[in-house]
This record gives sequence, structure tokens and C-alpha cells, in this order.
Amino acid sequence: MSAPAPATLLRTPLHALHLQQRAKMVAFAGYEMPLHYAAGILAEHLHTRRCAGLFDVSHMGQISVRAHPRGSAADTDNDTARALESLIGADLLGLPHGRQKYALLTNSQGGIRDDLMIQNLGGRFMLVVNAAHKQQNFDYLQHHLGDTCQLELRHDLALLALQGPRAAAVLARLGCDLADMKFMDVRELEIDGLTCTLSRSGYSGEDGFEISLAAAHAESLARRLLADADSDAQVQLQLQLIGLGARDSLRLEAGLCLCGQDLTAATTPSEAALNWVISAARRHGGERAGGFPGAPVILPQIPRNIARVRVGLLPHGRAPVRPPAALLDAAGKPIGAVTSGGFSPTLGHPISMGYVQLAHAAPATEMVAVVRGKHVPLAVTKLPFVATQFFH
Amino acid sequence: MTTKYTEDHEWVRQQGDEYVVGITDYAQEQLGEIVYVELPQANAAVTRGEEAAVVESVKAAGEVKSPLSGTVLAVNEALADQPQLVNDDPQGEGWFYRMQADDTAPLAELMDADGYRKFLDSLA
Repeated sequence: MSAPAPATLLRTPLHALHLQQRAKMVAFAGYEMPLHYAAGILAEHLHTRRCAGLFDVSHMGQISVRAHPRGSAADTDNDTARALESLIGADLLGLPHGRQKYALLTNSQGGIRDDLMIQNLGGRFMLVVNAAHKQQNFDYLQHHLGDTCQLELRHDLALLALQGPRAAAVLARLGCDLADMKFMDVRELEIDGLTCTLSRSGYSGEDGFEISLAAAHAESLARRLLADADSDAQVQLQLQLIGLGARDSLRLEAGLCLCGQDLTAATTPSEAALNWVISAARRHGGERAGGFPGAPVILPQIPRNIARVRVGLLPHGRAPVRPPAALLDAAGKPIGAVTSGGFSPTLGHPISMGYVQLAHAAPATEMVAVVRGKHVPLAVTKLPFVATQFFH
Repeated sequence: MTTKYTEDHEWVRQQGDEYVVGITDYAQEQLGEIVYVELPQANAAVTRGEEAAVVESVKAAGEVKSPLSGTVLAVNEALADQPQLVNDDPQGEGWFYRMQADDTAPLAELMDADGYRKFLDSLA
């Protein structure tokens, strides 16, 4: 059971709305955040999968980065991309204006500092980082890039995630035709007269959008989105606010990692089954191979040259298998540990993710987890647990 | 038929010479939607104040401590397929187990319904 939120916690611009919507508020990454609303986690989760949900993710860090201008705007963007590539193993010179990429900040041992989204907004890049690490990441970026780039942690911005099969329909009702916007496209536009940066992305596995806008306007936009959905009796849009509880179960069903749990300073991209995040241009034989922290460890691991790997795990019974449950092979030998686990509302049974030795990583491999001293059988399964519905 | 309550939000109700144990409405409300209940085995020994069952919700796992020491006579088999009974009817259909008590004296230390209500008010 969650501890009551202490008074010293930071609040997002939607705080009053959360309280009004009878949110159960909890402490998360230094913020007072909604765990769930009156409907509860299960109902909120299913509503997002079936219809649409609105998440306040304003606690996340938005860091703008722009190289000091010299020459044309295109030169500046290339300079910014090159600067970021010195810290991130992604092809950012090849990231066009209006696109975003999932990426990793790695340490010199090849471990993962944080996972993030990088957007090319033309004239500047925007990095969206986890709440728990935002100041730390900003200081780190400032330390390494401060000489060549202007960086700003944008406390003045809020971030809303609109997720679910009806997400585009919710925005269409406010006059936004986004049919030509594909997964991972980014666009600056006005929604209901408010200037927003919209990306077609999210972390629920559903189609959807993340909307960045001035903190001062966030509550007004959220209320407009929610009210508009309510007022329409014929089209059952029924956009609902969704809390962090369902955000976690949605991302787990989608096989997506939670930094601090599934990704840590001691896990490498290959171990995390995130080889795809390291762009070809930055791998051995690529145009700009290496040149980012941990590359000498990370790049040789890419051809599955690793001892353990992240897998999906399906418990056979009804008992959820949560971290940090140890995983044992048939002989009782330790072979890994669970890093995320819970109940899947969509599937109606428990699901987990964890790291296992490579010899035990093939789908359908049987093992047991130690849960409260008892052995719970489970099997390796392919990720995601629930098919993603990104708008390609 | 009196029901007594613990500060850990279990209830215990005398039924003839047996005692029925479950968790309170407050406890199920705090846990949220319950997805799994791990019950003791019939004939297992349970100890007052020690974990006798585990209840898992979409949020978290919580332990259920036995209000009395003794032997488990039967468990609520329905919870295996319908753990949500604990949410729907925590002091009725959502009971956990029936037991025989070694010693009923500790019951005197537990709260009655009125005392438990006051205890909950003190938590708010």
C-alpha cells in the first residue's frame, strides 16, 4: 500500500485537476502523481486499450539542445546532432526535422544511464528523459556539451500523453487532422489556439500522441480534451484520465522497459534486447562507428555476444511474479531475476520480464521463480505480450 | 456472532467453535483490484501475528496475518478463480479461511466494530 504523499513533493500543472478527479496521489520521482482515479487501475488500463486515455507525464524532463549557431540553420542542426552523437549511440545526423527516435544514454562501462526520446524540431533538438533522472541528465549533458551547445531544462513545459485507438479521433474533434502523421513523427501545431509540439508516440503500446505545451496552458488543454469527449453522446469517445498504475501495466504488456527496473547502469543495450536502438551508422562498419560512452563494450556485444538477456516470462499460475524474484532452472540453479511483473488486465493473467542466462532465453524454456519462498513455474515468451498498435 | 478487527485490517468472526478470517473493506479499498489470493493449506498451523495468506492487487502484494494461532480447517476455494470476491464482499463471500483456535484469549485485545471504525478515523 502506498504511503501518503508528503507536502514537500513537486506538483505538475494538472495537480488541481487530479484532485478534482479524485485521484489517489502518491510520491513518484519527487512528484505528487496520480496512481489512479476513481475508476481504478484495471478499468483505466482497459479503457486505454479500447478507447483513449489522457496521462499527465509532466514530471518527465524536457531538455532542449541547440548548438551555438555558425553558418546556416542546417549547419546548426548538424552541429547539434553531432554533439549529441558524442553521448548517444544513435544516428542523429540522419534524424530529419519532424522525426523522433528512442535512444539510450550509456555510461563508460556500456551500462544504461537512462532511456529517452530525441526529437529534431528544426533549429533545436528536444530530449524527453525520465523524471527520476532529469536534473542528473541535464547536468551530465551540460557538463559534456555546454561548450558547444545551449541547453535548457524546460521547467516551463508540461507533457500530456493521449493514448489509445481513439486518440486521433479525440484530436480530430478539436480540428486537428493528423492522418498524415505517422508513428514517431513530430509536429508543432495549434490545438484549440494553443501552441503545442505533438509527437505520434507514447509508452502504452497503442497509437497515440505526446503533447508538449506551456505549463500555464496544460490544464486548460486537458480540460478541453476531456470535456469535448464528455459532451458527445453519439460518438463514444469518453476520454478518461489515466494514472501511473495503468501506465505501468500498459507498458509492461507492450514489452517496454522501465528505466531503474528493466534498465540499469549495470545492463547493456544488448542485454536489454535493445540492439535496434544502436543505429547501424554507429555500429562497427557504420559511417560513424562508436564515439559514444561505452561503445567499446556495447558494439562487440551486438551479435548476441552476451551472457544474459532480457526476456518475457509467462507465469503458469495466477500468482503475479514481481521483481526481484530469483529465477532458477529445473535443477534449482540460479539463472536470472525478474525486473518487472504484475497482472495483465488485457490477458487476464500475470506477466513478467526479467534477465536470464542466454542458454535459457529461447521461447518456451521452462523455469521457476522464487516467490515468498515458493517455486512458481513460468516459461519464456516472445515480447510484446499484447501486440502494439503503432500508426505506421 | 461477534467480529473482531486487527490494526492490520484483518477481521475474525466466531462461528460456533470455529473462527473465520478475512480482510476488511478498508484493506480491499487500499489494495485496489485484487487479482490473486494465496491461501494456507487445510490443516496448516497458523500463528497469531504471522503471515497466513497473501493478497495481490494490480498495485502490490500485501500479507494477511492470522489474528489467532491454531489450525486451518478450510479455505475459501472460490477465491482461486474469483479473487475479486474480496473486493466485492470482503466480510462475506470474500472470506479467506476457517480455523480452530489454540487460544481465544487474544481476541480480547482486538477491536470491535466500533473500535475499528474509530481506529480508521484516526488514520485519515
